[in-house]
Amino acid sequence: MSDPRPVEKGTSALGKRVPFPLTEEQRARELRPLKRRGLMNSSMVQLTLVRFREFIREPEAVFWTFIFPILLAAGLGIAFRQRGPDKIRVGVIGTAPTSASVIASLKKDSTLVVESYDDSSGAKALRTGKVALLVAPTSSNDSVRYVYDRGRSDAVNARVVVDRAVQVGAGRADPVRATDAYVTEKGSRYIDFLIPGLLGMNLMGSSIWGLGFAIVTARSKKLLKRLMATPMSRVQYLLSFLASRLVFLILEIFTLLGFGHWAFGVPLRGSLGTLLLICLLAAISFGGLGLLSASRARTTEAVSGIMNFIMLPMWIFSGVFFSSSNFPTVVQPFIKVLPLTAVNDALRANMLEGVSFAAVLPQMIIILTWGVVTFFAALKLFRWR
Amino acid sequence: MATSVEHPTAALKVQGLRKAYDDVIAVDGLDLEVESGECFGLLGPNGAGKTTTIEICEGLLSPDAGSVEVLGRRWETDTKELRELLGIQLQDTQLSEKLTVDETLTLFQSFYRDARDVGDVIDTVELGEKRSSRVGTLSGGQKQRLAVACALVGNPQLLFLDEPTTGLDPQSRRQLWDLISRFQAEGKTIVLTTHYMEEAERLCDRVAIVDHGHIIALGSPRELTESLDISHLPPPEPRKTTATLEDVFVSLTGRTLRDE
Repeated sequence: MSDPRPVEKGTSALGKRVPFPLTEEQRARELRPLKRRGLMNSSMVQLTLVRFREFIREPEAVFWTFIFPILLAAGLGIAFRQRGPDKIRVGVIGTAPTSASVIASLKKDSTLVVESYDDSSGAKALRTGKVALLVAPTSSNDSVRYVYDRGRSDAVNARVVVDRAVQVGAGRADPVRATDAYVTEKGSRYIDFLIPGLLGMNLMGSSIWGLGFAIVTARSKKLLKRLMATPMSRVQYLLSFLASRLVFLILEIFTLLGFGHWAFGVPLRGSLGTLLLICLLAAISFGGLGLLSASRARTTEAVSGIMNFIMLPMWIFSGVFFSSSNFPTVVQPFIKVLPLTAVNDALRANMLEGVSFAAVLPQMIIILTWGVVTFFAALKLFRWR
Repeated sequence: MATSVEHPTAALKVQGLRKAYDDVIAVDGLDLEVESGECFGLLGPNGAGKTTTIEICEGLLSPDAGSVEVLGRRWETDTKELRELLGIQLQDTQLSEKLTVDETLTLFQSFYRDARDVGDVIDTVELGEKRSSRVGTLSGGQKQRLAVACALVGNPQLLFLDEPTTGLDPQSRRQLWDLISRFQAEGKTIVLTTHYMEEAERLCDRVAIVDHGHIIALGSPRELTESLDISHLPPPEPRKTTATLEDVFVSLTGRTLRDE
């Protein structure tokens, strides 16, 4: 009573912190095991559902992911379809005495389209590229003159065909009888080269855009910060992007490959399992790149710049529309380690050559390495607010 | 602080808080204690350090110095638990416009172990008619009520509201006031920031006026208004009543506009 300080309580208050007195409700809450929830109420499912909803409710995103690649494939497939050799257009000066017999000889060759000109209009037709070659018959039956540009391969080709027609027409007999057998090999056409490239490009685009844009939008709207103020797991948040990507990935693969296969007969010679595995690794790997591009940016403008900076070189160098072997040998090693090059090479090897899993292993390692490195770099750099 | 008496019912206890950004000291030695069951208001001009203080208390920023104790727990050791116990509304969060009210709340609900029923919370904030509407189609007041609903759905013990009524029309504001009062009536604690003195007078048991990163006045609205010597005020017209809290505020922080 004489001591103003309550000894026991006083010392403990100095040393330890007084625990906050729990209300009955809180105590009950802390003792209660985690409430049993339906699968639909788990945060992982909810986060993934949100990704789906946000994607599906963005018509532009659906267009660029699913419709655009098909339109591109259809357009390029039709533009570069196999049509057989083009007809060769040639002109003949019709004013010489022997012109009529030359024209008759040329018309016997079905690959030639023959038109008759006078001197000045013939020169003009040649100059403007309307005809590949101009035949100028002379007054005598045993000579003819060809006027053409030696630097143009179609003109040189026309020279061979026209000359053969003229010589045969004049009575030349071939000593050897030749016959032709025509083949068209599926897998060697432009569309066959194109479809795997488009698939690779699409996997890259939708992963990088899908993650990068969504994350930076959430950050710039302070939504990311708001989510950080909940007990939400950060790992689940990032995984939800991958989970939704994987579902859309299957759709992307089937629409594009299905279209290529059905409309153009693009072959699928390799194992479908390996093909799916390549796509899966690609989606995860590009997902890592998307995450990395989105890890710091605060505005969607900034992240758009970063993503284009990452993707543009790969659109050019990684053999989407034309083979990457067109580039000089010195830069080939750099091109080969780009993730999209590895994806495209692996997809083509699988689909067109039907190689085994082991044969695409080097590419898979490159893809996986990119995924792992970028994912961890992104986690390290990630700005959660 | 000289007094070492532990207030056993402190829901929030802040001591010697300091936080500097590159070019400015936002919080400069701030001490604060909020009792359990109290509605506490942080007032102050723009840039006074209110939001920084509240975000440190919410565990979203880490202080350069000082200690924060929320519901008897510390951010350094009990982050996970605290996230479960707090309801937070940030100043300018834009929730995803493509989701509906229901979907948004279901998402937030899924993060908490002991959450409230989504339908329940929707009724509480009177968004029943908008339940299936996309967030993008909501009015400002409805968006703000949804933001508060997101804070409530985790069934929090302590609610942090950062300028919950800024930019709202009087009706929406009053609706939010009712909501806050009902939350407090359940015996739970609220910490809010506001620019509206009327709001603080109406809702808050105690307010702290913050300027230049520390507290320059603390007490109940009535204590503060009565403490002010009104004879020095330059009222344009003679006053019938005592000074309003707005007078206290302006005389303490000055009349200059401080728009950020």
